[in-house]
Amino acid sequence: MRPFAYERAPDAAAAVRLAGSAPADARSPVQYLAGGTNLVDYMRLDVLRPQIVVDINDLQDAHGEIEARPDGLHLGALARMADVADHPAVLRDYPVIAQSLQLAASAQLRNMASLGGNVLQRTRCQYFRDPSWTACNKRDPGSGCAALHGVNRKHAVLGASEHCIASYPGDFGQALVALDAAVTTVGPRGPRTLRFEDLHRPPGDTPQVETNLMPGELITGFVVPAGPWTRRSLYLKVRDRQSYEFALASAAVALDMDGGAVRQARIALGGVATRPWRAREAEAALAGKPLDHAAAPRRGGRRLRRRGRPRRRRLQDRPRPPNPGPRPDAGAGDGGLRCPTTPACPSPPNRLAP
Amino acid sequence: MAANPSSEAGVSRRRVLAAGGVSAAGLPLMSLAAERAAPAAPPRAPGAAVPVRLTVNGQAHSLSVDPRASLLDTVRERLGLTGTKKGCDHGQCGACTVHIGGRRALSCLTLAVAVRGPVTTIEGLAGPGGGLHPMQQAFIDQDAFQCGYCTPGQIMSAVACVQEGHAGSDDEIREYMSGNLCRCAAYPHIVKAVVQARGQMGRT
Repeated sequence: MRPFAYERAPDAAAAVRLAGSAPADARSPVQYLAGGTNLVDYMRLDVLRPQIVVDINDLQDAHGEIEARPDGLHLGALARMADVADHPAVLRDYPVIAQSLQLAASAQLRNMASLGGNVLQRTRCQYFRDPSWTACNKRDPGSGCAALHGVNRKHAVLGASEHCIASYPGDFGQALVALDAAVTTVGPRGPRTLRFEDLHRPPGDTPQVETNLMPGELITGFVVPAGPWTRRSLYLKVRDRQSYEFALASAAVALDMDGGAVRQARIALGGVATRPWRAREAEAALAGKPLDHAAAPRRGGRRLRRRGRPRRRRLQDRPRPPNPGPRPDAGAGDGGLRCPTTPACPSPPNRLAP
Repeated sequence: MAANPSSEAGVSRRRVLAAGGVSAAGLPLMSLAAERAAPAAPPRAPGAAVPVRLTVNGQAHSLSVDPRASLLDTVRERLGLTGTKKGCDHGQCGACTVHIGGRRALSCLTLAVAVRGPVTTIEGLAGPGGGLHPMQQAFIDQDAFQCGYCTPGQIMSAVACVQEGHAGSDDEIREYMSGNLCRCAAYPHIVKAVVQARGQMGRT
């Protein structure tokens, strides 16, 4: 880990001031530290190299609330995942939020991790995590993308670009985007509120810029609007392991029902997209229709197949690098896309922690 | 890694250099941060040592630490409490689990400078007379380990699991202990140990 200067901020205004004191030319000059579960890991991997770390844990008194009010659920950015997941009002009125948090990470990590840090967690793409891979546009802009022709079973099929196919790893973010949550921030230009859906950017040709936050802008909280659909909600997560694993695919769903018919469905998809992904086409396919076990997967699945197909085709049509000749491990029909490290193609490393 | 190898008694070159900065002034951190109102004020030098007060197992320590030092390395290398183990050092295995402010946490991903609240390690679990904690005894009774390397983390996590009220059933124990890996695969016996200790601990 590279040396950094450690500062503690007593309040949000001081945190933003401290963040503004860094030289602007550094790659990631300032990082805010809350639980540290993502940041310290990536600093130790030499992926993140802040010159200044601003500890914001003293902001928990002012920005750590978990309050169900008539207008919605107010969550402070310094509230910890475990406390929100176990909160009676969240469990009762916003089960998709409680479940998205409870099904993430481990008990220790949920005790530590803040909500603000959770939504900003970095991808688990192993080529991003391991700097010995030189090609990673997210880590080193312009260097390429090793995942395009690497081990990419867990990479994004929605929202990817030719520059980056890293998937967004979070669960809580899917619940927020499905429920039309807002994000409150404070930055060099003062406080503002933005839609959670507008927080994360598609990778495009600048995958290193993951959010629409300004330099030094700090998330202070989230507001989830109240509605009858929040109680009729759930988070479904499919994993390679039963527990303590990132999603292969997940769905945050909240239903506004009119008798047996769907008035409006709110659906977000995780594990398969480059950012928290609102599945509006699936929602439209369900709107006004009776909900039954036979129709729902057919309607939603058809839309997803349509969206998911282009990237797969693009990948296969892309010109290949010079062919080094047949490899003994190249199987028929896989286009030569095999694990770059070992013929046996084991699971990529570092998939255990959130 | 972030270990600060210098002993408490020794004087490292790094610390001498850092003394030119803010740490030697002995000012409380909070006032330093609050006084830095001008955006252009130079920040603390990268790597400058930071004074911290840590309470570990009821004992207060005043240390000057490299900001990179994890709580794990600090309790092991600086305080000599080697019961807490380093497994992956990336928050994936749970071997380094300790309690901070009564909550289980991963000491490898916790910077020592950022610790708030008293720390309890496996050495602090036994009673004042040295008697084993019910969870420690249960791990022995149920043969809940083989090589033992993950065991301090397992026990610290298991104690918290019961205290949180997340040990209601075998399935719940498995779910809430999933952050502690055991390469020897002693999991069935670990579940039995948590069940045994659960009855003796009650909820606190």
